[in-house]
Amino acid sequence: MNARLLAGAALTALTIGAALTAGSASAQGLSGDMVKIGVLNDRSGLYADLGGEGSAVAARMAAEEFGNKILGKPIQIVTADHQNKPDIGSNIARQWIDQDGVDVIVDVPNSGVALAVQEVTRDKKKIFLMEGPATSRLSGDACSPTGFHWAYDTHALAVGTGRAMVQEGGDSWYFLTADYAFGHQLEADTAAEVKKAGGKLVGAVRHPLNTSDFSSFLLQAQSSGAKIVALANAGGDTITSIKQASEFGLTQSGKQKLAGLLLFISDVHALGLSVAQDLVLTTGFYWDMDDEKRAWSKKFFDKFGKMPTMVQAGSYSAVRHYLKAIEAAGVDDGPTVAAKMKEMPVNDMFAKNGKILANGRMVHDMYLARVKKPSESKGPWDYYQILRTIPGAEAFATVEESGCKLAAK
Amino acid sequence: MMGTIFGIPPQALFGQLLLGLINGSFYALLSLGLAVIFGMLNVINFAHGALYMMGAFVSWLLLTQFGIGYWWALLLAPMIVGLFGVALEKTLLSRLYKLDHLYGLLLTFGCALMIEGAFRHLYGVSGQPYPIPEALRGGQNLGFMFLPNYRGWVVVASLIVCISTWIAIEKTKLGAYLRAATENPVLVQAFGINVPRMVTLTYAFGVALAGLAGVLAAPIYQVSPLMGSNLIIVVFAVVVIGGMGSILGAVLTGYGLGLLEGLTKVFYPEASNIVVFVIMAVVLMIKPAGLFGRER
Repeated sequence: MNARLLAGAALTALTIGAALTAGSASAQGLSGDMVKIGVLNDRSGLYADLGGEGSAVAARMAAEEFGNKILGKPIQIVTADHQNKPDIGSNIARQWIDQDGVDVIVDVPNSGVALAVQEVTRDKKKIFLMEGPATSRLSGDACSPTGFHWAYDTHALAVGTGRAMVQEGGDSWYFLTADYAFGHQLEADTAAEVKKAGGKLVGAVRHPLNTSDFSSFLLQAQSSGAKIVALANAGGDTITSIKQASEFGLTQSGKQKLAGLLLFISDVHALGLSVAQDLVLTTGFYWDMDDEKRAWSKKFFDKFGKMPTMVQAGSYSAVRHYLKAIEAAGVDDGPTVAAKMKEMPVNDMFAKNGKILANGRMVHDMYLARVKKPSESKGPWDYYQILRTIPGAEAFATVEESGCKLAAK
Repeated sequence: MMGTIFGIPPQALFGQLLLGLINGSFYALLSLGLAVIFGMLNVINFAHGALYMMGAFVSWLLLTQFGIGYWWALLLAPMIVGLFGVALEKTLLSRLYKLDHLYGLLLTFGCALMIEGAFRHLYGVSGQPYPIPEALRGGQNLGFMFLPNYRGWVVVASLIVCISTWIAIEKTKLGAYLRAATENPVLVQAFGINVPRMVTLTYAFGVALAGLAGVLAAPIYQVSPLMGSNLIIVVFAVVVIGGMGSILGAVLTGYGLGLLEGLTKVFYPEASNIVVFVIMAVVLMIKPAGLFGRER
C-alpha cells in the first residue's frame, strides 16, 4: 500500500515540480507600441550556465546601446525557462507571440527545443535568433525564412575540432553522444568531417541527456582502442564526462585523447584547468582576443560576475543586429526585418563583416583553441590559447550544402 | 582472446558489473537512510536528495572556505547535515506525525525545492570541482579495467556503513528500543524512554547518512545543486522495490539495481535510465509491498 502511494507520489511530485517552474514565464501587457524581446532558454538545468540569465543580460546590454528605445518606442525584454522540454518551449513561444505580443525569440539552447520553436516562429512569421542550439539542421532542412542561426553550429564544430584532431594524427574515433537531436547531428557532422580528412570511426555509444555517471560509457570507449574519444554532448554532461575520463585514466596511457566537441568557457571554469588542460575546442567567441571583446566582456562581467560564453556574446550580437535592422526598415514585422537583416553585414565586437546567408546562417570566423595548463594561466577566466582562426566560409556550410529548401526561391 | 558472453567480451562485462556495484553503493547508502526514516518515523523524506547535495556542498565549503580536507569532512559534513535535520524535524516535521503520510511527503518535497533553489541561486548549476583526496588518487589496473582507487574506497565505505547500521538496528538494545517505539510508542514511553527524542535522533541519523553519501560523491561528480534531484527518483524506486521500511531490502536492492543498471549499459545503453522504473512497475504488480516488505 505504502509502496503504491509512494510511487504515485513520486510521479505527482515530478509533475508539480515541472508545473511550478513553467509558471514563472513572465507575461505582461500587450502592446504593438514596443519591441518585445523574449529570451527563452534553460534557466535552471544543465545548460543554465552557458546561456541562462547571462543571455538575458547580454540582450539587455544590446537594448541599452539603443537607449532602451527604438523608433521612439520602448524595448522590453522578457525571459522564460523551457526546462529542456520541446513541448514547454513551443507552448511558451506560442503564448508569447499570440497573447503577449513578443516580436522576437532569442537563444533557445537545446536543439530539440529549438527545432520545435522554429516550427512556431516559421508559422507565425516571427524572428527567431538562435545562439544556444547547435544542430546544423536549423539552417538546413529545418530552416525558416525568419530564423537566424548565430553563434556556432555542429558543422563548424566538426570542421574545427574534427579536422584539426585528424591532422594531428588522431585518425580513429569513438563517440560519446548525447541521445537527442543535437548529439546525433554533432556526431554525424563530425563523423563526415573525420572521414573526409582520412580518419575512421571505431564506434559510438549514446547516453541519455543529463547523465550523472559516465564511467561505463568511458570504459567502453577505453576498450575500443580508438585514438580519439569524442564527446558529442554539452554543458553539464560534458563537464561530468571530462572529469570522470580523467578519473579513469583515459588519457594517462597516452594512447587516447579526449575531444570535447562542444565546450563552453563556463564548462572549463567549472572543471578547473588541472582537469581541462590541453583540451582542444572550437568556439565562436573568446573574451580575451582583442580590445573590443575585452571591453564588452568586462562590462558583462561587472553586471553578471562571469565572463560571457559564446552563446551569451552571440545573444548580444544578434539582438543588436536585429534592432539595427528594425531601425533601418522602420517596421518590426518578421519577414521585412528578416530581409533587412540579411542585407546588412554584421559588424560588432562579436563578428567582423559577418554575413547572413539565405538559410539564416550567420557566417563569421570561428576559432580553434586549446585550454591552457594551470601554469600558463594568469588567473580566473584566462583559459584559452587561440591556435587558429577558422575563416567563416570554411567553418560553415554553404546554402547548397545545408539542404535548406528556401534557397530555391 | 577469450570468447564472448552474449556478444560482449567478458572484460567489458566484468568492468560494467564493477561499475554497477559502485553506483549501487550510492543507491544503497541513500535508500538505507530513507528506509530508516520511513521505518521509524513513517515519513517519506523527499528532502533526502537535497540533503545529499547539501553534504557534498558542506564538504566543498569546508575545503574552500576553511581549508578542511576530505577526511574531516567525512566526519563533519554528516554531522552538520544531521544538525540541520534535527532543526527540520523539531520545527516542522514533528507537527505532522498525526496526519497522513502525504503531508510529510509534501512538506519535505517543498523543503527540497527550497534548499535546491537556494544553492542554485548561490552557486549556479555547472557545479564546483572537488579534488580526490591525495591518498586515494590513481588506480589499479585489474586487467579488465582501470579501477580508480577512490571508487574502490566508495564501495568499501558504503558496505561498512550499511552493515553496521543494519547490525545497530537489528541486533542491539538501542535498535530494539527503536523498533519497539515504532510498533507502540505509548507503551515504550511508559517504560521511561523518551520517544520524541529518539525519533528526532533517528531522523538526524537518516539524513546524516545522506550527507555522508554526499561527501563520498563530491570527488566523483561535480558538486552541483542538481546532483540530488538527479539521483533521488532512482533511489525512491530502489526503496519501493526493496519494500518500504525494510533496511535489509533497501541495501540489497540498492546494490542489486546498481549491478542491473550496469548490465543495461552494456547491452542497451539507451534504456539505462529507465530500467530501474520498469523493474519497479513489475515488482509493484507482482508484489506490491516490495521484495522484502511485509503487508501492513
